[in-house]
Amino acid sequence: MGELRLMKGNEVLAEAAVRCGCDGYFGYPITPQSEVMETLMELQPWTTTGMVVLQAESEVASINMLYGAAATGKKVMTSSSSPGISLMAEGISYIAGAELPCLIVNVQRGGPGLGTIQPSQADYFQAVKGGGHGDYKLIVLAPASVQEMNDFVELAFELAFKYRNPAMILTDGAIGQMMEKVELSDHKPRWTSEEVRQKWGSWATVGKVPGRPHNVITSLELDSGKMEVNNLRFQEKYRKMEAEEVRFEEIMCEDAEYILIAFGTSSRICQKSIELARAKGIKVGLLRPITLYPFPRQAVANLARRAKGFLVVEMSAGQMIEDVKLAAFDAGLSLPVEYFGRMGGILPSPGEVVEALEEKLIKK
Amino acid sequence: MNISDIIKPENLVYEKSKLQLNTIMHYCPGCSNGVVHKLISEVLEELGLQERTIGVSPVGCGVFAYNYIDIDWQEAAHGRAPAVATGIVRTNPDKIVFTYQGDGDLASIGAAEILHACNRGENIVVVFINNGIYGMTGGQMAPTTLEGQVTSTTPFGRNIDLNGYPMKITELIAQLPGTSYVTRQSVQTAAAVRKCKNALRKAFQNVDQKKGTSFVEVVSTCNSGWKMSPVQANKWMEENMFPFYPLGDMKDSEKNAPVSKN
Amino acid sequence: MTEEIIIAGFGGQGVLSMGKILAYSGIMEDKEVTWFPSYGPEMRGGTANVTVIVSDGRISSPVLHEYDTAIILNQQSMDKFEQAVKPGGVLIYDPNGIIRPPKRTDINIYKVEGTRAAIEMGNPKVFNMIVLGGYLKVKPVVTLQNVERGLEKSLPPRYHNMIPLNLTAIRKGGEILEAMPKP
Repeated sequence: MGELRLMKGNEVLAEAAVRCGCDGYFGYPITPQSEVMETLMELQPWTTTGMVVLQAESEVASINMLYGAAATGKKVMTSSSSPGISLMAEGISYIAGAELPCLIVNVQRGGPGLGTIQPSQADYFQAVKGGGHGDYKLIVLAPASVQEMNDFVELAFELAFKYRNPAMILTDGAIGQMMEKVELSDHKPRWTSEEVRQKWGSWATVGKVPGRPHNVITSLELDSGKMEVNNLRFQEKYRKMEAEEVRFEEIMCEDAEYILIAFGTSSRICQKSIELARAKGIKVGLLRPITLYPFPRQAVANLARRAKGFLVVEMSAGQMIEDVKLAAFDAGLSLPVEYFGRMGGILPSPGEVVEALEEKLIKK
Repeated sequence: MNISDIIKPENLVYEKSKLQLNTIMHYCPGCSNGVVHKLISEVLEELGLQERTIGVSPVGCGVFAYNYIDIDWQEAAHGRAPAVATGIVRTNPDKIVFTYQGDGDLASIGAAEILHACNRGENIVVVFINNGIYGMTGGQMAPTTLEGQVTSTTPFGRNIDLNGYPMKITELIAQLPGTSYVTRQSVQTAAAVRKCKNALRKAFQNVDQKKGTSFVEVVSTCNSGWKMSPVQANKWMEENMFPFYPLGDMKDSEKNAPVSKN
Repeated sequence: MTEEIIIAGFGGQGVLSMGKILAYSGIMEDKEVTWFPSYGPEMRGGTANVTVIVSDGRISSPVLHEYDTAIILNQQSMDKFEQAVKPGGVLIYDPNGIIRPPKRTDINIYKVEGTRAAIEMGNPKVFNMIVLGGYLKVKPVVTLQNVERGLEKSLPPRYHNMIPLNLTAIRKGGEILEAMPKP
């Protein structure tokens, strides 16, 4: 059993980074996630594990510092909130194009623009459909508890290095600011230079040694024939992720007539809605996508075969609902798929979700 | 003496650096970039730094620097090379890291990154090619374009009212306590090339000794962008660029007061 | 057992730390806990509130629209949360600054004169612990022993000399708790 603590989600991200052997954090302050860097600066991991923590001059610089360090095979991360992630979009596209493993955390707040500092899920499209330019995908993990803020840091790095692809933890101000009981992971040592060379020396810029051609990390390829080949390789990698890395949770779906579909904070709210609805005799369950990319399309299709309707609950104007509809449509299934959500930093209440379920699906 | 005599090893009078790859350069004939590449290769070879060095190439004419020098390289987004280099050197303090940037990359879109990297005193070499124009995209105005200089976006010459002043960014950088060595060089004559090589050697030695940022500007020609012959371009540079961008060391922590960092 | 609590008052009244000590005490009792604050500019001088959930099982939503217990420390919070107490639930308030006392008849209302008692104890800072003591008298979701362990865990060692005073304040709260008669 690891160490039990009461901690904020943001603080846990910092602890988990140090404990999983992260080599570096580069970030810029923005509410509601500044505790990540603040906690790291308190922990001073450079005096213990040797992890580097640097406050950059901007999010633009942070993401490019990540590029530089990740390209040397180091395990590095940044965190920000919505407007800061928009600034990083260029760098994220370059990182995806250069196939670099790293972790980017988005503790979302309400947008668009400067928006609000309250929790939101309105960056779903940005996270799973791109955000930067070009055909690329991030591995996107959506924690729903402070415990998962701990667990997903290590998981994100594992997947990022497995696929040489940037991974994102897409969370929000609610989970970032909330405290829960958390069992912290045990400390793992950072990779030594020799380990990095052995594991990633075939591609990482660890210094050119005799006997191998020099390593070049770039996303540039002016020959469009070769660039298409690169893109085909990326797509092949994304198909492999879709086949092997889908993660989701089903709660009380066995006998459910109606299914709520929600991730992160809204999935927690929906769990309460299920308690309330079941007390009223409504048989309802929850599908919680854990990987937003790759999206649990098969799980949606399986539930679509037997459910009377889906209610997709989001803290946005309805973004994930498009992927739900596509998954059902592609499986040749037709059922009512409705949306309920709040925007701009307002959290839906468990009761509102039940009302929406009755209004939009049951009374119809 | 026939060809087979000429190529006998004992008749060898000049050999390119072992770090210079055989890739045919994309630079225009007369461009200064090729000379600077040769100097970096020679310096790294002479100092025995090949295995420890990681170069960061920019967006601009230097983008393909990674095709010409046989070290590990990273290609950075436009202007972001100093941030990329920061990420490398902070997590790999034993490495020799340098950026290679043009005037658009360093002084325009990347002004924030270069100022902050230098201000933190990142232990890196910055090689700054200043030819007063955007070469790669076809000769547009750069921050360092001189007043009155004609470019494709200043067809009637750079107008201060419209375009602002040419930026002496190297002078700005020399003010920052994080920099240990800031110099302005050129490569249009054999003598200048020798001096520039000495400056680059000093810069890389500084980084090997963890002295903070060493910044080497090379005032360069872009005869294609300037629409001149290489000889005319050298003359134009000497007559117009040098008075505004005077050559020489601006700061050397060995000679001046010691810097505050590293 | 699942206990869903809202604690609401002014920033600076120790609302968030009261919730934190309660949550930490829950952990000492091997319970699941969630502490969900209002955050942002309203923390700085305006109203502050925190939802605390203590449960024997997995906790669903940290966001609630109705509560088993509301601990109310100013009028704005009374206006906002009186109606959010579940029928049969508990509302505890400090009458200091309350100009419109709660009127509901379908809940159990208690008064803790924490502000006055804290001044009498000579330490206004223990106000929130007095109120917490009142709450624990009504709903003993955690034992005093585990509150002590929670304080040890949540306070930096340099403040551990304050723990006895805090425990005294908690006991005081239990003593001065007053059930309000139903009209």
